[in-house]
Amino acid sequence: MGAIWFWIVAVMLAAYVVLDGFDIGIGILYPLLARDEQDRRIMMRSIGPVWDGNEVWLLAGGGTLYFAFPLLYASAFSGFYLPLMIVLWLLIMRGASIELRAHVDSAVWRSFFDGLFFVSSALLAIFFGAALANVIRGVPLGEDNYFFLPLWTNWRVGPEPGILDWYTVIGGVVALVALATHGALYLALKATNELEMRAVKFAKAGWVVLCIVTLVSLPATIWVRPSSLTNYSEHPLLFIVPLAVLLTLGGMRIYAQKGKTLAAFLSSCGYLIFMLVGAAAGLYPVLLPSSSDPARDITIAKALSGLHALHVGLAWWTFGMALALTYFVVTYRMFRGKVSIHEEGDYGH
Amino acid sequence: MNALLLHRIHFAFTVTYHYLFPQLTMGLALLIVVLKTLALTKNDERYNQAARFWAKIFAINFLLGVVTGIPMEFQFGTNWSEFSRRSGGIIGQPLAMEGVFSFFLESTFLGLFFFGEKRLSKWSHWASAFMVFVGSWISGFFIIVTDAWMQHPVAYRLLPDGTFELTSFWKLLLNPWAWLQYAHNMCGAVITAAFVMCAVGAFYLLEDRYNEFAQIFLRVGVVAGFISCIVQIFPTGDLHGRYMAKHQPAAVAGMEGLFHTEKGAPIVILGQPNYEQQRIDNPLVANDVLSFLIYGTTAAEVKGLDQFPPDQWPTTLPLLFYSYHIMAGLGTYFALLMIVAAFLLWRGKLYQTRWILWPLLLSFPLPYIANTAGWMTAEIGRQPWLVYGLLRTSEGYSLHVSAANDLFTLLGFLGMYSVLSILWIVLVYRFIRTGPAISAPVASASVTA
Ligand code: HDD
Ligand code: HEM
Ligand code: HEM
Repeated sequence: MGAIWFWIVAVMLAAYVVLDGFDIGIGILYPLLARDEQDRRIMMRSIGPVWDGNEVWLLAGGGTLYFAFPLLYASAFSGFYLPLMIVLWLLIMRGASIELRAHVDSAVWRSFFDGLFFVSSALLAIFFGAALANVIRGVPLGEDNYFFLPLWTNWRVGPEPGILDWYTVIGGVVALVALATHGALYLALKATNELEMRAVKFAKAGWVVLCIVTLVSLPATIWVRPSSLTNYSEHPLLFIVPLAVLLTLGGMRIYAQKGKTLAAFLSSCGYLIFMLVGAAAGLYPVLLPSSSDPARDITIAKALSGLHALHVGLAWWTFGMALALTYFVVTYRMFRGKVSIHEEGDYGH
Repeated sequence: MNALLLHRIHFAFTVTYHYLFPQLTMGLALLIVVLKTLALTKNDERYNQAARFWAKIFAINFLLGVVTGIPMEFQFGTNWSEFSRRSGGIIGQPLAMEGVFSFFLESTFLGLFFFGEKRLSKWSHWASAFMVFVGSWISGFFIIVTDAWMQHPVAYRLLPDGTFELTSFWKLLLNPWAWLQYAHNMCGAVITAAFVMCAVGAFYLLEDRYNEFAQIFLRVGVVAGFISCIVQIFPTGDLHGRYMAKHQPAAVAGMEGLFHTEKGAPIVILGQPNYEQQRIDNPLVANDVLSFLIYGTTAAEVKGLDQFPPDQWPTTLPLLFYSYHIMAGLGTYFALLMIVAAFLLWRGKLYQTRWILWPLLLSFPLPYIANTAGWMTAEIGRQPWLVYGLLRTSEGYSLHVSAANDLFTLLGFLGMYSVLSILWIVLVYRFIRTGPAISAPVASASVTA
């Protein structure tokens, strides 16, 4: 049961990263690729009908984590108090900027929300990357399974780290570059003409940086947390995952070169998923490692909910996910293809 | 200020603010379905136009509901971590179900509803409005199930490490408290939407603009308001009160300001509870009525606060007393106003009667106050318990989050939400000023994604 729910939560969070990832990516690219109001409208319009649904994966994933591993939810959410609050504020600002910019026809109003959209998207990417890196690095868990992390201490990864140290900053940069590239490939699918070309060009440049930061982050992870290799050496089959990371990374470039944008975008999805799966596989069965004493790690066994709840949960979760996937297929089919801004929403959206 | 108090204020502030938006959207979702249905059955494009106008106002409120709702989902863990650790095995269930069953549904169909009117058939468009309504009402249900478990815990087993384990999924969902609370709460949401719709209608009539639309808004608003205001008092409010008297007698004593146990207990209509002397100052009371309302006979005994040890008294008694009286007082006013308005509508005089249009215009903030006061009653009445009878509020908060950090983030939310409030007022006012005409089905060029 524990293993099933571990992977359920992991899959939901991976879905969040892949889906909300591209609309965060659009936000990061927004000031870089849009040259005029028309470009900005196309970029906004490309995520307009889907961004909220994408964000629901975070909520549903978070709720599922709460339900399956209450101890993990309690410990991690209170321990990461400050960065989580900042993430919440960023999500508020980002949601507001996407939906409100169009409502008032004023250059100042629009520019303000344009700027907010960019800043909140970029910071979110950095924070999410840093958050994941924090989980990999471990936190100073106490006897009572709780901890509290300040925003930063001395930027080193000792037993008393802060949210931000050199390692987690690398995580933030990887996320920033990966999501920007991901967003560029999505935009290439949605835009036409010049904007499409700029997006492809950006994706190619971003790809080079992404290769570099990915290659830096792997040894850094092993250095910060040698035990993340334990699972891999016990089950060498797992090395398929890092291999898949490299293959999808290659795919992004090759398909982008050939002009097969959809395949390149899917490779980028694959890259994000395999990076996350690789991290999860390194952690399993630990959910939140301790930075000082492995006996204090929060493991699946420690945190798991009652069995009745989990059994019932499996039934409704399967049903609910089938519904959710249907909705997603319907929405993405309906809004497939290039964005045309001549076909406005009837509701001024 | 100590950390516990700050956590309470933090949570209370953010949830109270959040609920300003869903109470309108849940009610409005229903009224939009009504408008879309009228458009289909009467084959009258004006109703579609009216629906489009309200959909814009819905959209802004929905967005604010979403962005202020996300913090709520996290705050159980950030601010109430001990509570989350202990009861997550139970309330995590409805919260996760809310995400999986209603938020996906709502966000998807809202996308179809807003962006798809041209691509969908009439019926499919009606269906997407209907699904938005279903989604938001399911969402309300799961939240209420969560809250109801805290008010009236069922289907649990206490484990040695202090955590609660779920014993029956269906008993959790069929908690009678949840169904009573849900009925009363959703009805309250319809009241908010109905009053807002009436207010816009009355505004246009008084300004002599968009008279056609104003009449539609008033017709739909008054009918919905009339029904929901009556149902709000009877049976839902009444039943809820009786159920509480059985299961949370200390809270009822606090709400009613009943210090001493009495046979033929009076109901206090006006008055100021004086806690030092344990009596009501300047009372205006109706004798025997409380006993009658709760037990159906004037002779029944109602427990006063003297029956409970002071450490089980609700902690903020004056606030509890006033919240309850504000809710019930406004409820009475709403019902009277809507009865008169419905009568005038029936006689065909509503649209010309200025003395009724003015109160219909000015009353729209009151349901917000009543809904907030209702929740304050519920949540303060539950004190000093976080989970009634099982877990004290003082045992539930995040021990490792200091008062300093809490104050910092509370100030952050205060600032952020002040800005949101200003944007909200500006935008909604602009939509109302612009009026329904602009939302003609022809796409306008000034608007974008
Ligand atoms: C427009 C809003 C509105 C109006 C007019 C009323 N209520 Fe209410 N009431 C609510 C909105 C509300 C609410 C916000 O929906 C509450 C808060 C918690 C809940 O479930 O519903 C609530 C709770 C609530 C409770 C339970 C408190 C608790 O759970 O501790 C009782 C006993 C009543 N109400 C009774 C009444 C009566 C007798 C009313 C009539 C005069 C009345 N309400 C009008
Ligand atoms: C919109 C409606 C709601 C409002 C206005 C509201 C209001 C409040 C208020 C005023 C308090 C502080 C009580 C005190 O400290 O004396 C509070 C506390 C709390 N409420 Fe609510 N509440 C609402 C809905 C909910 C729901 C739906 C839940 C659960 C799902 C919930 C869970 C809590 C928790 C966990 C606390 C903190 C502990 C406490 O102080 O009791 N609330 N709320
Ligand atoms: C502590 C309690 C609460 C939590 C944790 C919470 C959580 C949330 C979240 C996360 C969202 C955003 C959903 C999205 O992205 O689509 C949301 C929106 C919503 N919430 Fe809450 N909420 C709380 C209180 C309430 C209450 C008391 C109600 C009403 C009964 C309610 C009804 C809704 C509805 C209908 C929405 C949809 C958005 C809208 O229509 O504005 N919530 N809530």
